[in-house]
Amino acid sequence: MRNLLRWETALVFLLVVVALTGQVSTSGSFLSGGNLFYLGLDIGEIALIALPLTLVIVAGEIDLSVASVLGLSSALIGWLWNAGWSLETILPTVVVVGAVCGAVNGLLVTRLGLPSLAVTIGTLALYRGLALVVLGDTAVADFPASYTSFGTTPLPGTNIPYPIVLAAVLAVLFGVALHASSFGRSVYAIGANEEGARFSGIRVKRIKLTLFVLAGAVAAVAGIVYTFRFSSARADNGVGLELAVVAAVLLGGVSIFGGRGTLFGVLAGVLLLGGLRNLLILQDTSTEVLTIVTGLLLLVSVLAPSITRRVATLRKAAP
Amino acid sequence: MNTRLVLALAISGAVALTACGGGTTKDSAGQQTGGATNSAKADPNAAVKEGLKITFLPKQVNNPYFTVAQKGAESAGTAIKGEVKATGPSDAAASSQVTYINTAAQQKQDALVISANDANAVAPALKTARSQGLKVVTFDSDAAPDARDVFINQATSNEIAAGQVKLVADAVGGSGEIAILSATPNATNQNAWIEVMKTELAKPEYSGLKLVETAYGNDDDQTSFQKTQGLLQAHPNLKGIISPTTVGVAAAARYLSSSEYKGKVQLTGLGTPNQMRKFVQDGTVKSFALWDPSKLGYLATYTAAALASGQITGAEGEKYKAGELGDYTIGAKGEVVLGPPTVFTKDNIDKFDF
Repeated sequence: MRNLLRWETALVFLLVVVALTGQVSTSGSFLSGGNLFYLGLDIGEIALIALPLTLVIVAGEIDLSVASVLGLSSALIGWLWNAGWSLETILPTVVVVGAVCGAVNGLLVTRLGLPSLAVTIGTLALYRGLALVVLGDTAVADFPASYTSFGTTPLPGTNIPYPIVLAAVLAVLFGVALHASSFGRSVYAIGANEEGARFSGIRVKRIKLTLFVLAGAVAAVAGIVYTFRFSSARADNGVGLELAVVAAVLLGGVSIFGGRGTLFGVLAGVLLLGGLRNLLILQDTSTEVLTIVTGLLLLVSVLAPSITRRVATLRKAAP
Repeated sequence: MNTRLVLALAISGAVALTACGGGTTKDSAGQQTGGATNSAKADPNAAVKEGLKITFLPKQVNNPYFTVAQKGAESAGTAIKGEVKATGPSDAAASSQVTYINTAAQQKQDALVISANDANAVAPALKTARSQGLKVVTFDSDAAPDARDVFINQATSNEIAAGQVKLVADAVGGSGEIAILSATPNATNQNAWIEVMKTELAKPEYSGLKLVETAYGNDDDQTSFQKTQGLLQAHPNLKGIISPTTVGVAAAARYLSSSEYKGKVQLTGLGTPNQMRKFVQDGTVKSFALWDPSKLGYLATYTAAALASGQITGAEGEKYKAGELGDYTIGAKGEVVLGPPTVFTKDNIDKFDF
């Protein structure tokens, strides 16, 4: 636990460094309310999906199909809207469809015993394909302003975008589930030692299935956010977003091998990646540099936690 | 905690948060408000302000077409003694420009010159930017009309599409099967041209031509290359291909020039002389067309400066002078047309370098 805290402390330190250098180098516009609002919008979907994905990865599994579920959810919104459904019916429906997509992943992993990496690479293509079947190449954009303003206006009187409010509420729910419930302890136990968890009476398969269902459902919610934010329902919405989410989760100190990581670290990781990107664009950094920095951060995200851990272990071993 | 309880909690929380209010359907949503409203008065005699800060936002960076347009924008920037800053995403996804639009607003730029990847996805961000005082000029690919001040059209859809059909008809000798290799299925300009091409093809003088397929290469070199291959395999009698996109036409030409179809299947489209020079010289392509993107970038930037200086407001009928390009008049729906495209052949291609 002490070692984990160390990485999260480093993340917070990095965040402060980015915030301060950003604030100075942009003469105050980086931390201005307007820019923080845009930053919040840009990381909204990533923050949402990162929540359940953290639990999935802590349990030693992975879900790469989340961005495709987002696309499928967006395509379904457009299709059902064109078919004359009310948004109040459409939104719960797509969340259920997302949960079903997650359940398919979960069942393939738990019942057939297939590796989640292979399963979700498959469903990554499958769900995106379904999205294209549903909506084809068209875009649906005639949603009412009362819904799309969700993505362009902040919470009245503040600079907090609505998607961030949604992510914050879910973060509390997921935080309690992971860190303050027996369910969460089981998730850690499964990730650390699956055999051991099974022998201590933890219902491993059921918990894993639940995690995949949650990932699917929240990815669908992120699809709703994405669709209204850009007031554009398209089958290709969010292509490649899964990599940004996995990067943020790993940067947050969650071990790709399972059993380690905190939701707080992940939220700091999301904020750090989003903040750096926002700052680089604000400073007119060229896109090439932006891509390189993102790539390097990905490497750091995998290397740094394991290095700090190794250093800590060495120190402990030394007399 | 029971796993089912966790599940129920999380999902019901998500649903409760997203579903609220009662019965909003497509029919009840009513009319979208349309049309830019300009309360400001234009002052045609106002001088172009010096030191204007203008952001140039292409569909994606490192695209040769937009690099040339950017040069035009920068030379206009020099002419008006302003500062033109080029920025943009590395991918042409519908939503990837939004961050850059928000940044321009955040940087308090005077104007934004943008070619929209998706007419609707950028609209909310553009509207917010305009409400903060930015003047928005779209070029090449328009955004929703109520989200921008002026659209600089490279040429009217009719001029372009009719020209393309004529080029392919001349190349194939007036009859045979033809196909279209387009960019992304949502590209505003591509779809407008394809519609006009279909209308043109229905005319009696083109009765010998038959459009058999429209393929989409997504403005990606590899995809366009493979789609060309696919078109030729699916339609053995194919005589000609129109590819009204610079990425598509170059990829198609590359495929044709190295295949057995070279010289047998005719290709035309919209391409840049530098990309197509080799294929015109080796006989793969007889002719292709394009407007000069540097003039397009120049005109768009000049128009942005005229808007930011109060010379024009974007209303129909307003006249202004765009530096070395001369006088322009704003047409219906806030559109300005650059002029007819240039046709490039073996005889004139070496006069152009872009």
